Amino acid sequence: MDKLKSLKLLMAGLIFYLIVQILSAVGVLNGYFMVIINRSLVFVILAVSLNLINGVTGQFSLGHMGFAAVGAYASGSITTLIFKLSPHHPQDAVVFLIAIIVGGFFAALAGFLIGFPSLRLKGDYLAIVTLGFGEIIRTILNNIPAVGGPRGLLGIPKFSNFTVIFLFTLGTIILIRNLVQSSIGRTMISIRENELASELVGVDTTKYKVLGFVVGAFFAGIGGGLLAHLLQIAHPTQYGFYASALILIMVYVGGIGSLTGSIVAAFSLTFLTEGLRVGIDWLRDTVGIPIGTEWTMVIYAVLLILIMLYKTEGLMGMRESSILVIKEKQG
Amino acid sequence: MSALLSVQNMSHYFGGLKAVSEFSFDVPEGVIYGLIGPNGSGKTTCFNLITGIYTPTQGKILFKGEEIQGNKPFRIVHKGIARTFQNLRIFNNLSVIDNIRVARHFTTRSGVFSTLLRLPSFKQEEEKVREEAMNLIQLMNLHSRATEMAKNLPYGELRRLEIARALATKPKLILLDEPAAGMNPKETEDLMRLIQRVRDEFKVTIFLIEHHMKFVTGICEKVKVIDFGTTIAEGRPEDVVKDPKVLEAYLGRKAVVC
Repeated sequence: MDKLKSLKLLMAGLIFYLIVQILSAVGVLNGYFMVIINRSLVFVILAVSLNLINGVTGQFSLGHMGFAAVGAYASGSITTLIFKLSPHHPQDAVVFLIAIIVGGFFAALAGFLIGFPSLRLKGDYLAIVTLGFGEIIRTILNNIPAVGGPRGLLGIPKFSNFTVIFLFTLGTIILIRNLVQSSIGRTMISIRENELASELVGVDTTKYKVLGFVVGAFFAGIGGGLLAHLLQIAHPTQYGFYASALILIMVYVGGIGSLTGSIVAAFSLTFLTEGLRVGIDWLRDTVGIPIGTEWTMVIYAVLLILIMLYKTEGLMGMRESSILVIKEKQG
Repeated sequence: MSALLSVQNMSHYFGGLKAVSEFSFDVPEGVIYGLIGPNGSGKTTCFNLITGIYTPTQGKILFKGEEIQGNKPFRIVHKGIARTFQNLRIFNNLSVIDNIRVARHFTTRSGVFSTLLRLPSFKQEEEKVREEAMNLIQLMNLHSRATEMAKNLPYGELRRLEIARALATKPKLILLDEPAAGMNPKETEDLMRLIQRVRDEFKVTIFLIEHHMKFVTGICEKVKVIDFGTTIAEGRPEDVVKDPKVLEAYLGRKAVVC
C-alpha cells in the first residue's frame, strides 16, 4: 500500500514533467514560460521548506530567503571557482550536485544557529529575530568582496535546467512529506498545537524546534543554489525581506501545514506575479494609465486580506491531497 | 516499603506570595491518593512543581528514591510521571491515534535520516507504535474514533483521550488534575470506575486533585487536605471529611460552630 501511494506521487510528477517537456518541444511553452516554470519549482521548494518551520512546527520565521542566500552563495562560489579553474570539467554534473548539497548543509548550519533563539522566543518576537537574521545574512554578503559584494556573485555556470530543478523539487516534496507524516512530524505538530502538553508527554520540544529550522533551512539552501545556477547570478537584493515575505504569503495562502497548499500557492503566485507585471506594463504602455510594477505588492496585499477574511485557513486548510498522503493500515 | 513519590519540605514562592508552604507527603505505590482543598489553595501549583513546570524554591521531590526537582518536564515524564490538565490540553488538529502516538515518540529510536528515507527499521518502529496506540485506544473505548480529529470529540471522550495519552508514556505515577471537572453525575461515576480500572490494569499509582467531595471519598484511599499552601488534614477520606479544620476551610468558621 505504501509503495503504491508513493508511486502515485511519482506518476503525477512524471506526467507533469512529460507535459511540460512536450509542450516545450512543440513550441507552446517558449523560453519565457520555461523560466517562469523553473522559478515556480524553486518557489515550491522554498514554500514547502518554510511550511515545515511555520506551518508544521508552528514557529514563525520571516527570514527564509536568508537561508536560500547562504545556499546560493555557498554552492555558487564552489562551482564558479571550479569552473574558472577548468572551464570544461569532465564531471560537471557531479561538481554541481555536490555544490548544491554543500550549499544545503551551509544553510542548515545557519538554520541551527537561528534555531537557538526559538528556544526562548515565541510568535512576534521570534519573527523579529528571524527577520533580523535574514537581513544580517544579506548585509554580510553585501560586504564580502570575495563574493562580489554589492555587485553580486557573477559568472555562475548555468547548470540548472528544467529537468534538474524538477528532480530536486520532487525529491524535496517526497522527503518533507516523509518527515511530516512520521513520528517526528507528529511530534512537531504537537508543538504547534500545544507546546506545554507536548513537553509533558515526554517531547524534548527544544530539539524538535531546532530540527524544524535545520531541515527547513537545508532545503531552502538547495532552492537558493538551484536559483543561482539558473539565473547565473546571486545578488544580495534577491534575498531581502521582500522575497521572504513572498514565500511567507505562499505558505499562508496555501494553508499552514499543507504541503499541497504550498505547492499550489507557489505556482499560482509565481504566475500571478508575472501576469501582473505583464498586465501593468500593458496598462501603462497601451492604455496609458501611469502605474508601475510596485502595484503588484498592492494587489498581493489585497489578495492576502481577502484570503484572511474569507478563507482564513488558506486554500487547502490543513488538508493534504491524497497523492501526498502515506496511507496507513486501519484497525 | 518506601514511597513512590516523596515530597519533602517543598515550598514555592511567586514573588512575595507563598503558594506552597513546607509541604511534605508520601504517595505509596499502588494507591489512589487525593489532594483536596479550596480554590487557590496551591493544588495545581503542587502538580506543576512535581512535573517540573516550576522548580521549588526549597525542598526536595523524590521519585523512586531519586531527586527530580529542577529536571525539565520531559525528563520527568521519561522517569515515569505523567499528568493530565485541569482544562484539557489536547492536540486539536491531530487525530485521536496521533495524539497518543506523540506520547510514544520519546521511546522511538529512528533518526531524521531513516525517517526522511523511510528505511525498513523506521517502518517497523512506526508499525509497533501504531499497534501500541491502537491497543490503548481499544482499552479506553475510543476505537470508533481512532482517525477522527481530536477537536471533533465531545468533552467526555476528550477527558478519556487525555488519560489515554498520559498512559501512553507508560508511567508509574499518573497525576490527574480535576478529572471530573465539568462532568455530570453519570459521567463522574463512569470516570471513577475507569480510574480504578486504569490503576489495576496498568499497575500505576494515581495522584489526583479534586473538588468534588463525593468523588474523592468514593475513590481515594488516602487524602491530604490543604489550604493556603499548608496541610490541614491527612488520612483516610472518611475521617478527613469530619475534621473540623477541613469543614472550616470548606464551609467557613460559622458552620463548625453550628
